[in-house]
Amino acid sequence: MRLSQDQMKHVHGWLLLTPAAILLVSFTHYPTVATLINSFFSKGTAIRPSRFIGFDNYRSMAEDPIFWKVLGNNLWFALGTIPTSIALAIAMALLVNRAMPGRSFVRMAYFTPTILPMIAVANIWLFFYTPDIGLIDKVLGWFGFAGHNWLGDPSTVLPAIIIMTVWKEAGFFMIFYLAALQNIPPELGEAARLEGANRWYFFRRVLFPLLMPTTLFVLINAVLNSFKLVDHLFVLTKGGPDNASNLLLYYIFESAFSFFDTPYAATLTVVLLGLLAAMALVQFFVLDRRIHYR
Amino acid sequence: MSGIRATNLVKQWDEIRAVDDVSFETQQGSLTVLLGPSGCGKSTILRMIAGLEEVSAGTIQIDGQDVTREDPSKRGVSMVFQSYALFPHLSVRENILFGLKVRKVPKDVQERRLNDAARMVGLDQLLDRRPANLSGGQRQRVALTRTIVSEQPVCLMDEPLSNLDAKLRAEMRDEICTLQRKLGLTMLYVTHDQIEAMSMADQVVLLQGGKIEQHGTPAELYEAPQTTFAARFLGMPPMNILAADQVEGAARMIPKVAGTSGSWQIGIRPENIHIAAKGLAAEVGAVDYMGAETVLRLKLGSQNLMARVNGRASAAPGETVNISWKAQDVHLFDEHGIRRTG
Repeated sequence: MRLSQDQMKHVHGWLLLTPAAILLVSFTHYPTVATLINSFFSKGTAIRPSRFIGFDNYRSMAEDPIFWKVLGNNLWFALGTIPTSIALAIAMALLVNRAMPGRSFVRMAYFTPTILPMIAVANIWLFFYTPDIGLIDKVLGWFGFAGHNWLGDPSTVLPAIIIMTVWKEAGFFMIFYLAALQNIPPELGEAARLEGANRWYFFRRVLFPLLMPTTLFVLINAVLNSFKLVDHLFVLTKGGPDNASNLLLYYIFESAFSFFDTPYAATLTVVLLGLLAAMALVQFFVLDRRIHYR
Repeated sequence: MSGIRATNLVKQWDEIRAVDDVSFETQQGSLTVLLGPSGCGKSTILRMIAGLEEVSAGTIQIDGQDVTREDPSKRGVSMVFQSYALFPHLSVRENILFGLKVRKVPKDVQERRLNDAARMVGLDQLLDRRPANLSGGQRQRVALTRTIVSEQPVCLMDEPLSNLDAKLRAEMRDEICTLQRKLGLTMLYVTHDQIEAMSMADQVVLLQGGKIEQHGTPAELYEAPQTTFAARFLGMPPMNILAADQVEGAARMIPKVAGTSGSWQIGIRPENIHIAAKGLAAEVGAVDYMGAETVLRLKLGSQNLMARVNGRASAAPGETVNISWKAQDVHLFDEHGIRRTG
């Protein structure tokens, strides 16, 4: 049998799509679906095989105080890191976008935290936060403040992690803002100067709106990152003390690999995926309409 | 009086002198064109007057006030940029009102100026559009309207028509001239296009290499160019410049001036060269027929020259024609390319 030219076109199309499709299906779609299915089954042991239990896992999750604590932590973490790191990124980008001596050095310096591996970063900050002999306590000691166990105190551990994350992310986001700023024609600033617009007015009315596409992109990344954080917690706090610094993904990791409760981890994962999907939809459909793309 | 006076203006970029001791004065309500090839410093001069570029030396006065170090927004100038510098995220209305909002002009005044200006340039139907949805000519009009509503006495234009096609350019030339006269603006207009300069200007400042080559009315520049550069820059096709001593048998067609030496040059406009029954024998290299006129590319001995004749020329490439010109149509330039008169 010979295929018509039209049918061959379809075959070629599918052949070209296959390699990517195989990767996507085996590493993204299949695990997602499998996780969803797992979340409806009980934990299997040698004596009691896993069985379908409907929404029981979700019910026990709703009753799990640690889950709610972790979710709350994550919310505070997102609120603490995202606006600050975006604001800092814009400020740094505006600063290094100007002609000034040592500009490339400053640009590189701002970007350095991004290049460093997460684990190394966490170790550096572990030293900063160490009680009494750490950098922060040493400096505070000169001014007569007593030492403080920053990572050991439930009230300071989350802010401590937030500060470190902002430090790490702001430089990365700055690069995107810097690229966007360099695409804005300098005549716009000159036209505004001739009209007597001061820098703040120009930023508010022109630069910031023109940077909105970048901000949306950065925002999506920042939200994803705030729910993806594992490595810092692993090195710094392991979620403690008393889950004060535990975040959703780390809790999933704990459930799966410390408590070996894979169905519960699957349930939490479904919640995480649901949250991320909901936020992505809001960002694309609500914010996107208000953004001017050139 | 809101004329502009630039005195000994200098712009130094490290080693390069982009503007070199330039002085000129423009009258209130006049249109002055800064003309020159690219890189001659004309835009830099305009930007210095606007206050967007620092002045290395010299002074700028607007309306009798020294504004050399004044903030751009306090100089009483508005500007149209080559790229129009429209804010892409704002509607036409917001673009036009941008400056008035910055200056906190009362709402009713804003509205009145906007409506008047938009009607004047024919933008009143397009106020809610974004710049991306406008044609080149419409964007140009938005930029113009922005300067109209600002009601600044001095308007600076940096090659405003260079992004438009030829037909639109001719239209906009007219429109800008009409506006300038109607509003009594003092306009400084930068261009490299001699047609714009000739057709629009009250005064032309011709620049080359950061220096003023000649300053005068378009007619003065055309009829009495002070240098060979000015002679060749204005006029299409450009003036023929010939080495005087290599034009044989033309002694009676060259005016006698004391001190004439062999290295002097003579300039003759193409339209002043006539095909005649007798005269100098020249070989026709090419014939460019343009409809109303024909340009003949001729070879006179070892020198090339162009002649412009009305209508269609009967000469064909390869033929020999006799050319002549009147002695009073000849411009004389000395060995430095400077005009000499008897």
